[in-house]
Amino acid sequence: MIEVEVISGRTLDQGATVEEKLTDEYFKAVNYCELNEEDYNTLGLAEGDRVKVKTEFGEVVVFAKKSDELPKGVAFIPMGPYANQIIDPSTDSTGMPQYKGIKATIEKTDEKVLSVKELLEVI
Amino acid sequence: MAQKVICTFCGSVCDDVEFDVEEFKPKKFCKLGRSKFSKKERIKAPMIDGKEVSYEEAIQKAAEILVNAKKPLLYGWASTANEAIRLGVILTEKVRGVYDQCASVCHAPGTLAVIEEGIPGASLGAIKNRADLVIFWGSNPMEAHPRHPLRYSMSAKGLLIKGRNDRKVVVVDVRKTKTAKKADVFVQIKPGYDYPVISALRALIKGEDIDVDEVGGVSKEQLKELAEMMKNAKYGVIFYGLGVTQSRGRDRNIENAVKLIQLLNRYTRFVIWPMRGHYNVVGSGEVPAWEVGYQYAIDFSRGYPRFSPAEFSANEVLQREDCDAALVIAADPVAHFPKESVKHLKKIPVIQIDPFPNMTTLVANVVIPSAVYGLEAEGTAYRMDGIPLRVKKVIDTEYWSDEKILEELLKKVVELRGE
Repeated sequence: MIEVEVISGRTLDQGATVEEKLTDEYFKAVNYCELNEEDYNTLGLAEGDRVKVKTEFGEVVVFAKKSDELPKGVAFIPMGPYANQIIDPSTDSTGMPQYKGIKATIEKTDEKVLSVKELLEVI
Repeated sequence: MAQKVICTFCGSVCDDVEFDVEEFKPKKFCKLGRSKFSKKERIKAPMIDGKEVSYEEAIQKAAEILVNAKKPLLYGWASTANEAIRLGVILTEKVRGVYDQCASVCHAPGTLAVIEEGIPGASLGAIKNRADLVIFWGSNPMEAHPRHPLRYSMSAKGLLIKGRNDRKVVVVDVRKTKTAKKADVFVQIKPGYDYPVISALRALIKGEDIDVDEVGGVSKEQLKELAEMMKNAKYGVIFYGLGVTQSRGRDRNIENAVKLIQLLNRYTRFVIWPMRGHYNVVGSGEVPAWEVGYQYAIDFSRGYPRFSPAEFSANEVLQREDCDAALVIAADPVAHFPKESVKHLKKIPVIQIDPFPNMTTLVANVVIPSAVYGLEAEGTAYRMDGIPLRVKKVIDTEYWSDEKILEELLKKVVELRGE
């Protein structure tokens, strides 16, 4: 298990499929978590492996990906229903939930990644 | 044959793209625009509880839900035209509801900062022609506004600044993004440290020393270099993104950044501008501002408009369970709100108006499909810098436009209320 700060954000694939949310392409565009190579190796991950991301606010199972964009200790999940399971909903009176910079733990898991529809059912 | 159209995906609202109607083929678009102007699954017909009905029946049901609700939330508005938004504001007032729009979870913290500090800004044209220093702060146009760098900010050919070689490009970000990889300087900061980094820059630009070796993961040396670059630019711009508005500090980050720009203007010319997301998210704030005085989080439950993001923003309203129905138009809060907010949307009657099925469709009781602006309907949209552009209708459709749907809905609401 590692401790990280999670940020969510836009990606090109997320944007290109955002008007097709019930398709497999959208599912693939938003259902993963990127990690720095060192963090990825610490967890002993390989392509196709899943991780459980847990914060004070919730948990979610997503696919793990290696990224050369991230520093050690920062994880990235594309904006969307998966990221929104674990972000901080409180707005500090601004109206804006905290979508970026949430403390989280990440561990390897055998649990499956829920589909967009299944995700909605468990909320 | 291809004809000129205006793209209705992101806030860049590209007006130099082309669309071949016969072949249904977009030309010159980026990946995001191409997706918008491609054939994809649509909501087939209006529906009530999953059953196909006529537009009239769906609108009758929607009006009943809104009129019977004590305090409905009317949310979305960023991917539709100003003409529709105007009707939406009037509708919200009629049903004594809450008007909120996508900026609430996007650039609205910047609006709060502007209320406090104002905004020293410029049009994208002025920036293209003059800016010799472009700073992307917590924004990543290569993924979110792919043609922005080409048309306005990085390699654009301007009047005085002729191209990429005449410009310095800096990226300040937590991640070494695709945009950062194309920059001359990349400043990597720790998540949530925008505010102190901006404060440090303000001190250094004023000529004060900072008695630490690093701030938010950035070395004092690199901060000094950046401060000098900013001070020595002839015309600088900060394009900020959600990296700033959605992180710790939120509106205060922008407020501090505006103060930095005010300071820089004692030495040179510097502007700051948000990288707005949806093609008309500016309109979803400007239209209510000219109608009732506020941009978002507007409550009409007392019969007059009140603005308070702490109370009337969609996420606050939903998490407090302070609305008993919702109309969602041109947005997908079920996919984009935290789960604490989605919980309440699952419990209340939801009306959706949208061209495409999305996660909100899955919880909506009344679904009203609409035409796509820029392709099947015309109207006015504000580009991210507030320039109004008339988006075109180039193909015929059976789908009603948002404007027509809202016009009929408003009529029905007035009728049901016996006004």
